[in-house]
Amino acid sequence: MSNSPVTHTDHTAAPHSLESLVSDWSTDQEVFKKVQWGKAMMWIFLLSDTFIFSCFLTAYMTVRASTVVAWPNPSEVFALTLFGESIPLILIAIMTFVLISSSGTMAMAVNFAYRRNRKATGLLMLATAALGAMFVGMQAFEWTKLIQEGVRPWGNPWGAPQFGASFFMITGFHGFHVTCGVIYLTTIAIRVLNGVYERNGKYEVVEIAGLYWHFVDLVWVFIFAFFYLW
Amino acid sequence: MTTYTTIAEDTRPLHHPKTWVGKYVWSQDHKVIAIQYSLTAVGVGLVALVLSGLMRLQLAFPGAIPFITPEAYYQFVTMHGMIMVIYLLTALLLGGFGNYMIPLMIGARDMVFPFVNMLSYWVYLLSVIVLLASFFVPGGPTGAGWTLYPPQAITDGTPGAGWGIITMLASLAIFIVAFTMGGLNYATTVLQARTKGMTLMRMPCTVWGIFVATILGLLAFPALFVAAIMMMLDNTIGTSFFMPSIISMGEPLSHSGGSPILFQHLFWFFGHPEVYIVALPAFGIVSDIISTHSRKNIFGYRMMVWAIIIIGVLSFIVWAHHMYVSGMNPYFGYFFATSTLIIAVPTAIKVYNWVLTLWQGDIHLRVPLLFAIGFIFTFIHGGLTGLFLGNVSVDVPLSDTYFVVGHFHMVMGVSPILVIFGAIYHWYPKITGRMWNNVLGQLHFWITFIGVYIIYLPMHYLGLLGVPRRYYEMGETDFVPASVQWANEIITIAALTVGAAQIIFFYNLISSYFRGEKADPNPWGATSLEWQTPDTPPTHGNWGPTLPTVHRWAYDYSVPGAAQDFIPQNVPQGEPGADGDKM
Repeated sequence: MSNSPVTHTDHTAAPHSLESLVSDWSTDQEVFKKVQWGKAMMWIFLLSDTFIFSCFLTAYMTVRASTVVAWPNPSEVFALTLFGESIPLILIAIMTFVLISSSGTMAMAVNFAYRRNRKATGLLMLATAALGAMFVGMQAFEWTKLIQEGVRPWGNPWGAPQFGASFFMITGFHGFHVTCGVIYLTTIAIRVLNGVYERNGKYEVVEIAGLYWHFVDLVWVFIFAFFYLW
Repeated sequence: MTTYTTIAEDTRPLHHPKTWVGKYVWSQDHKVIAIQYSLTAVGVGLVALVLSGLMRLQLAFPGAIPFITPEAYYQFVTMHGMIMVIYLLTALLLGGFGNYMIPLMIGARDMVFPFVNMLSYWVYLLSVIVLLASFFVPGGPTGAGWTLYPPQAITDGTPGAGWGIITMLASLAIFIVAFTMGGLNYATTVLQARTKGMTLMRMPCTVWGIFVATILGLLAFPALFVAAIMMMLDNTIGTSFFMPSIISMGEPLSHSGGSPILFQHLFWFFGHPEVYIVALPAFGIVSDIISTHSRKNIFGYRMMVWAIIIIGVLSFIVWAHHMYVSGMNPYFGYFFATSTLIIAVPTAIKVYNWVLTLWQGDIHLRVPLLFAIGFIFTFIHGGLTGLFLGNVSVDVPLSDTYFVVGHFHMVMGVSPILVIFGAIYHWYPKITGRMWNNVLGQLHFWITFIGVYIIYLPMHYLGLLGVPRRYYEMGETDFVPASVQWANEIITIAALTVGAAQIIFFYNLISSYFRGEKADPNPWGATSLEWQTPDTPPTHGNWGPTLPTVHRWAYDYSVPGAAQDFIPQNVPQGEPGADGDKM
């Protein structure tokens, strides 16, 4: 019985042509060769989640553009008074720095995971989770400050009521993602340190968690740009 | 790098549950989950069917039934629409047929993550329970129409503006979570878990339709999710995303500055792909039914696949054709009318190819094929009236009339349902191992098929007269002639007859399950993998010790020189009796 797997691809010829891309994709068994199921699934999930955040941000931009009342000035609203001086966006700058840094530690964790360095992987993931928790903590501080200043989902002292509504909804939804990520990373880190993935050889779990974490970071960049800098 | 095995090399033993509960309740077997999805969807669909009967009774005999008040009528309209579109059609076609058919048709043992798949069903069940709970909350279910447009959906005076809309939005959000878990599984399974030799261009059209519909769902449901969250916030904590300054019952509401049109954009960015989430699996299934029962390869397989993909892509840029009269910028109409009419091209290609597949085929007019041909009729009718409504200048006078009701019931109500009936008759022998009663099946088809024409054809005429939809009763109007009442009575009688005729269908399925004659493992002589399983019905793991290997496309029917008029996909090329390389 001839059982040869189907290959439409001649890997030696014109490796960069569009044609070879299409024929690569349409061979049997797998579209993305050597990509684990979990990783493929995480990518598709992130694609779907991208649409959720895009809808949130588009909706926010729509209400901001269509409201007839003035929009509060983010530089003033998100300013902190430190050492007697009001510095615009300082807290957000620190938060952004912390979150971007956590992507760095995550990338290092993934690197060490592929080198099978159990301890470094686990500790770097825990560091990532700690930075994430720090981010959520600062976000809680920011929320508290704004609530004390009278910002509510249904109104605020400075202008359009949609400001508070969009702010709490979008940063809340993102903060929820970060919180989930912290729990997720901590769980995986503990399993790494316990040697679970050394035994079953599924170290790609670390990379999959990393994908999620980088995504949450990337979303924050957009929220930062569209909400705080606009 | 990690050790890596593809599905065909994966020989780890499956975990077989021992207990009854593990096998049939908390089951991770895609086939059991599919049955659970299907039964739940059909169950909740029957609720919606009863609601439509009550609506028809009111329209034919206004005020004759005391408990159908105007409020109740709106609630019936809303719940009927929402249940049918989302909780029946989406759940049955993707959760039901998707779950059952994908692993079997691509030669996998199961979905890639069976546990997530199981979770998907139970979360779906939760969403159905929350939805049905809205019938029992104070004020009853929401009566805002299935599109749930604000401000009226959450303003006092609309039935169910309090708890009704909250349970509806919560149920939708839960449903989307459930769908996402299932959808990720379907997409990943099709992409990464096909058996040896199963290239993308050897997949049956059914898998293509379900796969592209799943991708559409994963990208379109987020918009509904976001809209549901925002309306929930508007309703519960007083934000003003969708609520402008408004005076309700003589009192100004506390909302200000929101955009009701924004909701419509979000809703229809989901809502239009949703039409194709329902239609594409139906397109795929009907292609396979027609090909199998007319013993011919599907005409233009590649074109059929590309048409599915192109329709999927285009469906994301036509949404505002639902909003020509919404007050959005009228110039948008140019763009959306154009994109809408372009979508007719791949759709027409599909219809031609179905007809050309039948052309000079060795047609076996069995019940599944009857339903498939019935679908071609209803789909052409619904599709053509869609061209009317896609044009701005024609849509404006026809908008919100019975013409619209006739159109979308024909194209996305009746058409997918006919395919679902056909598909159930087609795969029933494989799923249960029994054969249904042919006479009852034929009877079911003819009553249903003729009945839907008596129901929906007059509605187009009513719409041209200008009879508005969603009205509890017509009252005294100059432009509506008295004969409309007569038409309404005929429609109602036909609707109740068709509704009652479904008893034949359920009786046939249930009695055949217990007393039907044993079915052949491949009664139709079909080529695709699901008919080649070692057991009928397929057991847990589907394939026994080794996965099948695919050597040809799914449409080797009536190959010249072959011993039989079909060659299953797992028969090697050059075997005695098998002739010619088709793909």
